[in-house]
Amino acid sequence: MPTKLSARFCSFVLSLFLIAFALPAFAGPFEDAVAKFANDDYSDTDEAIGAVASSGNKLAFPIISALQDGRLMADPDTKKVYVTGTDGKSIDAATGEPVASVPDSANAVRLNNRLRRSVDAALGSLTLQSPDLGARLQAAQSVFKSHEETALEAVESALAKESNKSAKTALGEARAAILLFKSDATEVQKLEAVATIKARGDQDALALLSDIGTDQPASVAKAATSAIGSIQNTLAVWSTVQNAWYGLSLGSVLLLAAIGLAITFGVMGVINMAHGEMVMLGAYTTFVVQEVIRTRYPTLFDYSLLIAVPLAFLVAGAIGVLIERSIIRFLYGRPLETLLATWGLSLVLQQAVRTMFGPTNREVGNPSWMSGAFELGQITITYNRLWILCFTLAVFVILLAMLRYTALGLEMRAVTQNRRMAASMGIATSRVDALTFGLGSGIAGIAGVALSQIDNVSPNLGQSYIIDSFMVVVFGGVGNLWGTLVGAFTLGIANKFLEPVAGAVLGKIAILVLIILFIQKRPRGLFALKGRAVEA
Amino acid sequence: MPTKSIHDIAASFSRRGVLAATTGLLLGLASISGAKAADDTIKVGVLHSLSGTMAISETTLKDTILFLIDEQNKKGGVLGKKLEAVVVDPASNWPLFAEKARELITKDKVSVVFGCWTSVSRKSVLPVFKELNNILFYPVQYEGEESERNVFYTGAAPNQQAIPAVDYLMKDEKVKRWVLAGTDYVYPRTTNKILEAYLKSKGVAQEDIMINYTPFGHSDWQTIVADIKKFGSAGKKTAVVSTINGDANVPFYKELGNQGIKAKDIPVVAFSVGEEELAGIDTKPLVGHLAAWNYFQSIKTPANEKFIKDWQAYTKNPKRTTNDPMEAHVIGFNMWIKAVEKVKSTDPDKVIDALPGIEAPNLTGGTSKMLPNHHITKPVFIGEIKGNGQFDVVWKTPGLVAGDAWSKELEGSKDLIGDWVGKKCGNFNTKTNKCLGSGS
Repeated sequence: MPTKLSARFCSFVLSLFLIAFALPAFAGPFEDAVAKFANDDYSDTDEAIGAVASSGNKLAFPIISALQDGRLMADPDTKKVYVTGTDGKSIDAATGEPVASVPDSANAVRLNNRLRRSVDAALGSLTLQSPDLGARLQAAQSVFKSHEETALEAVESALAKESNKSAKTALGEARAAILLFKSDATEVQKLEAVATIKARGDQDALALLSDIGTDQPASVAKAATSAIGSIQNTLAVWSTVQNAWYGLSLGSVLLLAAIGLAITFGVMGVINMAHGEMVMLGAYTTFVVQEVIRTRYPTLFDYSLLIAVPLAFLVAGAIGVLIERSIIRFLYGRPLETLLATWGLSLVLQQAVRTMFGPTNREVGNPSWMSGAFELGQITITYNRLWILCFTLAVFVILLAMLRYTALGLEMRAVTQNRRMAASMGIATSRVDALTFGLGSGIAGIAGVALSQIDNVSPNLGQSYIIDSFMVVVFGGVGNLWGTLVGAFTLGIANKFLEPVAGAVLGKIAILVLIILFIQKRPRGLFALKGRAVEA
Repeated sequence: MPTKSIHDIAASFSRRGVLAATTGLLLGLASISGAKAADDTIKVGVLHSLSGTMAISETTLKDTILFLIDEQNKKGGVLGKKLEAVVVDPASNWPLFAEKARELITKDKVSVVFGCWTSVSRKSVLPVFKELNNILFYPVQYEGEESERNVFYTGAAPNQQAIPAVDYLMKDEKVKRWVLAGTDYVYPRTTNKILEAYLKSKGVAQEDIMINYTPFGHSDWQTIVADIKKFGSAGKKTAVVSTINGDANVPFYKELGNQGIKAKDIPVVAFSVGEEELAGIDTKPLVGHLAAWNYFQSIKTPANEKFIKDWQAYTKNPKRTTNDPMEAHVIGFNMWIKAVEKVKSTDPDKVIDALPGIEAPNLTGGTSKMLPNHHITKPVFIGEIKGNGQFDVVWKTPGLVAGDAWSKELEGSKDLIGDWVGKKCGNFNTKTNKCLGSGS
């Protein structure tokens, strides 16, 4: 379809040029093409893009980039088209004359996916020589994808002037892509093209080589097939690396959700079914922080998460202390009642949030440093996952240090190991209980801040993590933070290696079955506590 | 349609008792006050979850019915009587749906019920409606393969949503390779079975179809999105047809945006993502992804503009969105009013017989008609996601599409029709000329 389309463009553009040369007195083809934007018809817009892009007019770039950003305004009545600049000033798209204001009847020219591809291809050949390196790389990439013959000249002249090494490679690949699909390119040119694309070696290269069609010379087809094979082999290796990374990322999410529970359940032994709701409260705190920032201090948006982390800790921690003081302290040593009470509490908290914030999802935005992805070799690493992994490890280390080196940590360990002995040594055990529970809840709140970046912020957020959290803590060994760490990453990685083979549903079932079998064999989990503490 | 998370289902076995007791207590109070009201009103049952996982979608539909009743009462009610809503909360708990339906019909003596969202909740109340002979209006797009005397399906059947969407992608985007991704339950599985059969009938090879199911509330989409990317790099234009359930969509779309899958490369067309679901996401990275519905808030018709204005005034929220199942309730409610006025009675038997053939305007400028198979005619729109969380309609069917109760694509159901007017049968086999009856 792209090649057919391009053929249509070419003949269309050609005919426009012929008309232009034959009848020089008329309004130029450029003006006619621009007027087509006002028809609000997708095929007319498509033709207009092709004609404007190849017109050589200096307005072509502003018009097409305005079209891409929804800043190209067209008046359906007068057929006038305007470009609204990013600075708010507008010009007449046909003449380039500044206009005072765009009439109210003008609407932004609409695009669909087909047109977006045309816009990309057009912008690609227009920005190949842009002074900005990023724009040049992107342009080369879009020419590589669209590989339209019309862009060959632009690519070659850009290649001759290019001095940057990576841009040169990108342009070379774009040129190769065009030549590979050019019907009158020589066999030698095509073989070179296949080699260039093979060297690129990513999924786009694979897509291009698989699409070359049957009308290629036999030698080219053969070279392409062997190139496809070798790219696929490399990609298979990378996909293992990718699974490992996904596993680490999933493990970090599991760890983050479970780490608070490792305190309340693991250290204190409270079966806390409301743990998930603490996570949810943290996520809603993030939402509230972002709302305030959006309305009052929009410039601070990128820092919203940094502000939300301590607040979420305080909100969830305070509620945790409140729960411990008002409910849980009466239920120590009665696990069944604790389970029922905290479960009821989780329902109350959910419905309270539902009443306050409504049942629908709330939008929590990603700050710019958490959006997007970068390529590492042939795998894509998204920034939000990477940051969550770092954040989780940081939380883990801080918590570990706190338990190890602070007075509160010492008291906590003392109370968990032997309550009566600790009390007789002068430790206020009930205060320590409240603070420990508050700490676990506060960490759950922090987890909510991070999870708001990858999941729904809805009253049901916590429910989806509670089972996984218990699974991690029990699997890792109750009462052992290192066990939780190892458990989370083991489960994450195992899950991600099973998923491509067994599918997401079966993978999850398999993991559950494996855990049940494991617990049968080792009821105390991976790292069981030994000694008298176990009996306490 | 969307259903609650797997954890809930597991949990509800042990929690059902407590849940039923608490919600029963709360709602007992609500319905006592309802029962006290005067007898000169016509009671309308509203059976939508107001708590639990499905509250996210169903609460809006409860508000819609209350709004419609309010508007109707301003016009003087129906048959000279005011309408009165009886609202109950089945709490996203399928057995509770049946209990609440029974309570509405026997205790509150409602004349009609508007309710349910998930297919499993509809299946759960079906026997109650049959036994007590009442009427249910079901407003959500569903998998089809059903036509019951007591149920009127105002949402889309697969041929009113899934098939036209695939047609659009095939013709306009020239898609050659298909990923059918769904949540693992009855609606996606049946829809994907229908779509797979349809695609194969159009000459798509088996290796060009990838089918993928995920558990409820799936939140880690990294592997699947990477798989889609890989599947899409085979040199043929690829699209994703998504029957992923409401809650799992936000992480799915976030992952798509972050991994840089643009709509112009691999478009995703969704059947369960509407204006409400998009409210929880920043839609800028998603511009160009598609959804197929019978209604979009952004459609500019006088009827729709008035509806949105009145709705936002009623809910006192100038930003409140509208969506497809709401429109289905609007059509269903107006059809019921017309049928009641036609037979001058709210007796379910008379109304059921009067409903087929009744016409009511939809909000997008056409007139929908109730068909003998208890489905309605609807237009189909394909909308592209815009940066502001709304949809821009890029394609629509030339006219209204009649809903098929039984899919023509599936081996087991292609000869079946539902006809409650002539044949008095929901599953009449046109080949053998026999009614299969309720046994099948």
